[in-house]
Amino acid sequence: MSKFLLGIWGWFPDWSQILLLNLGKIFMILVPLILSVAYLTYAERKIIGYMQVRIGPNRVGPKGWLQPLADALKLLLKEIIVPAKASRFLFVFAPILTFAPAIAAWAVIPFTDNMWLANIDAGLLFILALTSMGVYGVIIAGWASNSKYAFLGSMRSAAQIVAYEIAMGFALVGVLMAAGSLNLREIVLHQQGGLHQWYIWPLFPLFLVYLISGVAETNRAPFDVAEGESEIVAGFHVEYSGMAFAIFFLAEYANMILISVMCSIMFLGGWMSPLDGILPAKVLALPVIGTVLGGGMHWLLLKMSFILFCFLWFRATFPRYRYDQIMRLGWKVFIPVTLVWIGVMGAVMFLTPWGFIFH
Amino acid sequence: MVNALKRFLNTFLLFELVKGLMVTGRHLFARKITIQYPEERTPMSPRFRGLHALRRYPNGEERCIACKLCEAVCPACAITIESEERADGTRRTTRYEIDLIKCIYCGFCEESCPVDSIVETRIFEFHFENRGEHVITKEQLLAVGDKYEKQLAADRAADAKYR
Repeated sequence: MSKFLLGIWGWFPDWSQILLLNLGKIFMILVPLILSVAYLTYAERKIIGYMQVRIGPNRVGPKGWLQPLADALKLLLKEIIVPAKASRFLFVFAPILTFAPAIAAWAVIPFTDNMWLANIDAGLLFILALTSMGVYGVIIAGWASNSKYAFLGSMRSAAQIVAYEIAMGFALVGVLMAAGSLNLREIVLHQQGGLHQWYIWPLFPLFLVYLISGVAETNRAPFDVAEGESEIVAGFHVEYSGMAFAIFFLAEYANMILISVMCSIMFLGGWMSPLDGILPAKVLALPVIGTVLGGGMHWLLLKMSFILFCFLWFRATFPRYRYDQIMRLGWKVFIPVTLVWIGVMGAVMFLTPWGFIFH
Repeated sequence: MVNALKRFLNTFLLFELVKGLMVTGRHLFARKITIQYPEERTPMSPRFRGLHALRRYPNGEERCIACKLCEAVCPACAITIESEERADGTRRTTRYEIDLIKCIYCGFCEESCPVDSIVETRIFEFHFENRGEHVITKEQLLAVGDKYEKQLAADRAADAKYR
């Protein structure tokens, strides 16, 4: 049977074999991603509910597990209303422009030592470029809606992203100085050897800056002035409804997941187990315990989930920043902190014998 | 100077934010106080002021003597009463209507009633499906009273010593 299937496979010309393989890989990444986006909305409502001493959604399906599906169905059935004086093409194009980069960035994420869609040397740059693309969608959405609230929201979002993109970029510079590579797989491989080798320890300030800038970049509370439902209704997506509105939300949550996976790859050792190099080889050879405690995708998922939980935790805890406070934090705190740390790193690495701390 | 430094360190090292996170973190595991409404209900006072009812005496005679005190005291002017002399010489209402949209459920009608006729029940889940149904008539009020007489009498008895 398998021989027969391989035979059929062999009839395809080479170019289509590559195409089909890559399409299959894309499918394998996208379907779990969309599903986890759906269930992240459920987790968010549930966790924030619990933190507010409520129960959260529990009516649709057992324990509310079907809630995201019901929400998706509702949004699919709703009409997409285009405002009369809106720029029609850009109005429809904007949600796609926010969603596409959030998905495309997953191409370079290494899930395990030998599982990825593309292993390119400038992976970090690719991610940085694509995550900054997302803001164009927000700006275009605000402009194309021809509404004052939407326009205000997109202006705020633009200024905010400019401020935090820089701090985020500098945080990544620290990582690439330590790893000496822009390739995400190599960055993870540099953190081999257990918990104490992860970059979170030598680069702790940069980790915090990256995490907080990530929250700001995805327009999540407490940096959600672009939406600011108590000030400007819903900000850049006031005029959107139905599936177009849903796509903005998909993009926001996909970006959250992307930021958390980047955090785990760059600072928390990616798919590496925290006990890697500490446990003796005998334990790792055991059938079940060895696979669980050894490195693998489950560690990456665990680290991601923790960071995602932090995102929700922040939202349940902090009140929204005032606009000028956001600008102050971005320009006058984060950028100096990252610059100083990069300077300290460079000096320690090249002028003192303690450079091994950062390697 | 020292205070300024302390303040700077507190905010810069995120101590205050971590304190806030701890509060919400503790509440994540706290016992939830949600009441699953249609299945679970909160306890109700015997003084609860819901839908109105007109009561009868145990012998079946309606209590209302058309004194119109409730109509006079009603702050929302929701009550309309018309009365005439019955064949046996007593004064009774021919029309007793309450506009449930005007009504603010203050309970003054109940307090002003000398014969405990107009009362407010514990019913709070009612709705109207057609225009005009929000004005309920004497027959409807008496029907509510007949249906919940047991509960109404028990509630009045429980509250009697505070009146």
